[in-house]
Amino acid sequence: MTEEIIIAGFGGQGVLSMGKILAYSGVMQNKEVSWMPSYGPEMRGGTANVTVIISDERISSPILNSYDTAIILNQQSMDKFEKTVKPGGLLIYDPNGLTRLPARKDINIYSIEAADEAGKRGLAKIFNMIVLGGFLKLKPLVAPEFIHKGLEKSLPARHHVLIPENEKAIELGKELLKPVNVLN
Amino acid sequence: MEELFAKTEIHKPENIVYKRTDLLVDRPLSYCPGCGHGTAHRMLMEVIEEMDIQDKTIGVSPVGCSVLAYDFLDIDMIGAAHGRAPALATAIKRMWPNHFVFTYQGDGDLAAIGTAETIHACNRGENITIIFINNGIYGMTGGQMAPTTLPGMRSSTSPYGRDVPTMGHPLKITELIAHLPGVYYVTRQAVHTPNHVRKTKKAMRKAFELQKENKGLCFIEIVSNCNSGWKMTPVQSNKWMEDNMFPFYQLGDIKIDGKLVEKKVTVE
Amino acid sequence: MGELRLMKGNEAVAEAAIRAGCDGYFGYPITPQSEVMEYLMAEKPFERTGMVVLQAESEVAAINMLYGGAGTGKMVMTSSSSPGVSLMQEGISYMAGAELPAVIVNIVRGGPGLGTIQPSQADYFQAVKGGGHGDYKMLVLAPASVQEMCDHVKLGFEKAYQYRTPVMILSDGAIGQMMEKVVLFDHVPRRTDEEIVAQCPWASNGRPKTRNHNIITSLDLDPAGQERVNLKLQAKYKLMEKNEVLYEEIQCEDADYLLVAFGLSARICQKAVDLARAKGIKVGLFRPITLFPFPAIEVSNVGNRVKGILVVEMNAGQMIEDVKLSVGCKVKIEHFGRFGGIIPSPDEVVSALEQKIIGG
Repeated sequence: MTEEIIIAGFGGQGVLSMGKILAYSGVMQNKEVSWMPSYGPEMRGGTANVTVIISDERISSPILNSYDTAIILNQQSMDKFEKTVKPGGLLIYDPNGLTRLPARKDINIYSIEAADEAGKRGLAKIFNMIVLGGFLKLKPLVAPEFIHKGLEKSLPARHHVLIPENEKAIELGKELLKPVNVLN
Repeated sequence: MEELFAKTEIHKPENIVYKRTDLLVDRPLSYCPGCGHGTAHRMLMEVIEEMDIQDKTIGVSPVGCSVLAYDFLDIDMIGAAHGRAPALATAIKRMWPNHFVFTYQGDGDLAAIGTAETIHACNRGENITIIFINNGIYGMTGGQMAPTTLPGMRSSTSPYGRDVPTMGHPLKITELIAHLPGVYYVTRQAVHTPNHVRKTKKAMRKAFELQKENKGLCFIEIVSNCNSGWKMTPVQSNKWMEDNMFPFYQLGDIKIDGKLVEKKVTVE
Repeated sequence: MGELRLMKGNEAVAEAAIRAGCDGYFGYPITPQSEVMEYLMAEKPFERTGMVVLQAESEVAAINMLYGGAGTGKMVMTSSSSPGVSLMQEGISYMAGAELPAVIVNIVRGGPGLGTIQPSQADYFQAVKGGGHGDYKMLVLAPASVQEMCDHVKLGFEKAYQYRTPVMILSDGAIGQMMEKVVLFDHVPRRTDEEIVAQCPWASNGRPKTRNHNIITSLDLDPAGQERVNLKLQAKYKLMEKNEVLYEEIQCEDADYLLVAFGLSARICQKAVDLARAKGIKVGLFRPITLFPFPAIEVSNVGNRVKGILVVEMNAGQMIEDVKLSVGCKVKIEHFGRFGGIIPSPDEVVSALEQKIIGG
């Protein structure tokens, strides 16, 4: 098993930390992982993206130009990464703020209204965990107990009280996921 | 006569009035006759010998005339790249906090190419001793203008005298670093007369004693001559130094116990 | 098994230094490697192991702090990125000349000049051919993963002391910034001062009355003496060439074509090998792990069995010179590179192989 994922959105949406929690959970389950961020001036406000690879085997290139899964959280990222999903692959997006929805017919597409729901519930800080939940529903690469360990390892100790809330957000994400285009 | 003053007789301890310091290597110094380096070396080694700390002393030599200081000082030495001695000394002291660490540097080394390392080691208050020999010239490379060359003073790269509007002012780096809070003791001395030699040795002893107490950086400038570079006899050069260098680089303590000695401080 | 962590390459370098028993780190901030010192300052190894961490006023000061610390026998490390490593070249040359052990990490970014902060491999020549003045070499390790970033620090210190030489870890911004699973090796205690004195009889750390004074220098004004120094260094480099070559072969046994790449490029090429084989092209990958000593005989052995070789580097063609010198001229050897911080993608590599080697 090898899953190649791009997570892309605005800086500040928790793109990098979502990737980190997923990657750390993979480590806890003794998978091979790599987490390759776009780095540099982009971190200050522009787009941010991270390539996460989780595999049972040694990972070759940490940098890719096609992915099994794209998790897309803003328009720029949709424009850039929709076309990079492998045929038969998966695209998850949050429609919040999007002006053009994905149109491909050869991939599985799901939407998740995470920003909206997080806003309503005052959970803006764990918006990214809602999105992660949606992804894990479709691709349960890592078992819940290892997600828990991944959260423990990724979050500073002073934030460990927030782990149950993060886990609830993941569960919420699983409920919010809506199919848009599903291949047979 | 030969019978009266046989060598064995002279070598009897009770007859010896002057001898090579044990911590100086028994080899001819490479310095020009009349140069102050030899005296400064000797005073430094006498202090280390008297304090009996040679097994805990690490010296850093510069690039310049004293690049070969390690050949004469019979203690463990590291030869630095040009200007970098305070950086080496910083690391050495941090790694061996109970050892005594000093740098021995000339004016080009310390006040031109190594200005950043000098200022930052001083500013961090490294517990080291810096011995700064200022003769206003690059001696080793053949007498070029130094950061400390006096206005109007001739050198091979200021053959018509240092022209301040185009070549800049001489740098009183000692006064400059005296203002830094990390620096504890700053003094300016000379080694051309017995009286000055005694004072220099006393200053060196004080600096090493303060280093033992981790008081901060101690900085000893020695205004010295360069008879070869100045193109004078040793006697002429010492006279010229007294008449020209000392009015600009005034001798005496500049900072004691972490406090500036006010009347001496003039940054020009 | 050692402790399992998800870490950035830069963090792994820092943690490995603490665990390897390093006595001192001296550095200056520069992107994309600042996490090394940030991690160390946050970890407070001065409390954990007594290791000194000091932010210098410049890379020039940092490398000379390294020189000073190494001259006393202490285990010291610095890290920087390309422009900073350029500033360090003088000090590296002095350390090679004075035969001082230390580890220098270069998290390479695109150049020349201020260049970019994105990853590059354009410092190969500088690292391998002696970037400073004089005839010297460093042992150069090229990690391709975060795990190797960790492991090469320990290996680097071992080799640095074995040969009394500066060792460079030549990595790049991507490996420095990416996170991967790392199995950390167990702590090696720092040596005591007494152990250092015993292990490094050459070091200047205080002369007891029972021995002559030690002098650390790279200066010998007598040409005959300086020639002897050079001959000694060259003999050491020959020994390294004989004993220290490291490399990796991936799917080379049945290969018709060969990719040669180091560091991050090798990771990309490994994916390219899979993509090409999926298309029915039998491709293998040869990855030098030590760039000096270069695995000349080994790459020649594989290279002379194939129909063509593509050297893939994030530069305009540097290691290809060593590949050509090693393999000779019977086999077609071409270069594919991206510069200035652009990372080639695996399918670009396959296309280049098809165009320059198979079709060319």
